[in-house]
Amino acid sequence: MKKSGFLVALGTALVLATGLGQAMGSQSDIVVGMVLEPPNLDPTAGAAAAIDEVVYANVFEGLTRFSSNGAIIPGLAKSWEISEDGLTYTFNLNTGVKFHDGTDMDALDVKFSLERAMAEDSTNAQKALFADIVSVEARDPATVVITLSRPNGSFLFNMAWGDAVIVAPESAATNGTNPIGTGPFRFVDWAQGDKVVLARNPDYWGEPVALENVTFKFISDPSAAFAAMMAQDVDAFPNFPASETLPQFEADPRFKVIVGVTEGETILSTNNQSPPLDDVRVRHAIAHAINRQEIIDGAMSGYGTPIGTHFNPSNPDYLDLTEQSDYDPDKARALLAEAGVSDLTLRMKLPPPPYARRGGEIIAAQLRAVGIDTEISNLEWAQWLEEVFGAKDYDLTIVSHTEPFDIGIYARDDYYFNYDSKEMQAIIAELNETADPEARTALLHKAQRRIADDYVNGYLFQLAKIGVANARINGLWENSPTQANDMTGVSWAE
Amino acid sequence: MLVFTLKRLVSLFFSLVAASVVVFFVIEIIPGDPAALMMGINASPEAVEELRQQLGLNLPPWQRYANWVLGLLQWDFGVSYTYKTAVSDLINDRIWVSLPLTVYALTLSTLIAFPVGIIAAARRNSATDVGIMGATQLGIAVPNFWFAMILVLIFAVSLRWFSAGGFAGWDEGFLAGMKSLTLPAIALALPQASILARVMRSSLLDTLGEDYIRTARAKGLSRSQTLWRHALRNGLIPVLTIIGLQFSFLLAGAIIIENVFFLPGLGRLVFQGITQRDLIVVKSVVMLLVFAVIVVTFIVDIAYGIADPRLREGR
Repeated sequence: MKKSGFLVALGTALVLATGLGQAMGSQSDIVVGMVLEPPNLDPTAGAAAAIDEVVYANVFEGLTRFSSNGAIIPGLAKSWEISEDGLTYTFNLNTGVKFHDGTDMDALDVKFSLERAMAEDSTNAQKALFADIVSVEARDPATVVITLSRPNGSFLFNMAWGDAVIVAPESAATNGTNPIGTGPFRFVDWAQGDKVVLARNPDYWGEPVALENVTFKFISDPSAAFAAMMAQDVDAFPNFPASETLPQFEADPRFKVIVGVTEGETILSTNNQSPPLDDVRVRHAIAHAINRQEIIDGAMSGYGTPIGTHFNPSNPDYLDLTEQSDYDPDKARALLAEAGVSDLTLRMKLPPPPYARRGGEIIAAQLRAVGIDTEISNLEWAQWLEEVFGAKDYDLTIVSHTEPFDIGIYARDDYYFNYDSKEMQAIIAELNETADPEARTALLHKAQRRIADDYVNGYLFQLAKIGVANARINGLWENSPTQANDMTGVSWAE
Repeated sequence: MLVFTLKRLVSLFFSLVAASVVVFFVIEIIPGDPAALMMGINASPEAVEELRQQLGLNLPPWQRYANWVLGLLQWDFGVSYTYKTAVSDLINDRIWVSLPLTVYALTLSTLIAFPVGIIAAARRNSATDVGIMGATQLGIAVPNFWFAMILVLIFAVSLRWFSAGGFAGWDEGFLAGMKSLTLPAIALALPQASILARVMRSSLLDTLGEDYIRTARAKGLSRSQTLWRHALRNGLIPVLTIIGLQFSFLLAGAIIIENVFFLPGLGRLVFQGITQRDLIVVKSVVMLLVFAVIVVTFIVDIAYGIADPRLREGR
């Protein structure tokens, strides 16, 4: 008894000592936890979200950028003019912008970056963003004129992606290991398998940042992430992997829990050409067999917003169509009977994230209740990409589509849903050529209705962004308009 | 002895060749295209194809095998698909976490196992012995990742004596580096110490039953004198064999522990390599571990040959 009392006293003393040490040490450093390590640090040469989670807005900047609420705001371009016909964009660049290696950023770098992304041999993962560009002209060092082949209402939005950041010709080839951008933080060190360290850029052209050093630490194991937060080895974990432990953080005054929305529409993707799923009545039946709230509670500890179509509920153009596919097992059974389907067994192939693995078990039980059996197989990401996404060898799968504003994938007839609708393709084609906001809203509503009426997929919920942070940290993004850990506005409270 | 050594060398060579073929082709048949994984789900097929070309994934398998082996012979492991850095650099960084961790764990396990095993053997069938046997049984049964989490909850989260994981780096000083390896080393050492203590005990008991021990006792040596002077030295041989095996086991087997403590070691490198389909890293690190095991086995073989001349002639 005495001994344990001593241990507790010693422990308390150590806690106090480390606490004091932290309070007295610099409060301009932050350690941010991330689940996945980026494979490289070049956002223009890879799709991994972890790349942008380190470098977006921190190290690299584009002509435009996402703000925390998802709006498009000026980046390296301080303003722009769009021609009447919507084909010519004239960007006025900020002046006095330097890359971290000391060279100047001017219109020629913009021309280089965009042409590099568009090129034949480009390995940019989002080449489609640049597909409409015909030419990029550097009129003078501070002015870039971009000509498009057809009007594109989302061009400014496209230019805000991490894949469209501006890089320098001198450093473009080595950005994967030594990123040289224009951002408020410069790259210091990458201890592979462990952490990436950034430091404040003293020559930053814009408003200086509050933080001195930012360390991104890679912790993939959920229980290790929990321990690292609790031990305060990590100051913030913007995408916290152990959602079941959140009540402990909520109850602890040292921490705050930040819940926001992401761009992740989590859907029960359905192979629209695998019989009998090619019958809309069967897909309709599946939609009514699903109880969304049960999945959100069971798989996501209650975090997530139900959706009835493939669109972000926090977007002003969102239509709430959840009623159309509400939970109604009787209707599901009736629809199955009408379609003449019985003894149905579907192959459900699940990728690794908990929303898919846990959600899959729950959906399997819900489908069984209306008479559909499922055969679940758990795949790794690489296998999933090959079998499901590539070879389309599946009936059902669950995946979160985290790219922002991606309803356009329903117009790709070779996409893994195997959904080929001329009507939907016409809507998206029209949308791409429409710049007028009201007309765009009308078209977006039409598109959302179209895919809901066709019951292309089971629309489940919008993935929540669940973050945990030290209670004294301000300025972390609540929502996730793009996958990024923007540290530019982050500071410690006194 | 020379002939014996040459024979063992030839067998070492063929083991390595066989291992390289198995490692290469087993990894080749794992489903999953590294290029597709790197480009993500919005990528265009042309961009993926372009990347496949750049990575040399379109060459026939035998040609890739030949390129790989030729590279290995020149200590050139190739360039990691995902990290875009030389695999040898990745290994150089990681080995300075994994190797010290292995040595640390092995030292701890030996330091625990020796006294415990000797005490259990000296006090055979006493309450102490029964207690030790029970405790070591538990030590073997408890999964080390679970034990690791318990250690973290007690010493990092509650008491905050250690950080919950991560590696401070040798740049921060030797003590800081050792401190961040302490909890992982304890977690790794416990099951190994339990095994070693049991082997130590049974090996000592075997020798204590030998005729020459009775002779020693008969000529007037005390129990503890016979134990320390005669039994221990003879009983040590099987224990050393186990330590040799444990070294390679610990070096390769730290994957789970390195993940629990998010240590940037070889185990975590392989783990990440597998999930990201960075096949070139997986192949090379696995081959390196195989090489370590084969060399350790070779050294043990030679050592036996020196210690026991009968083994040389037998083969």
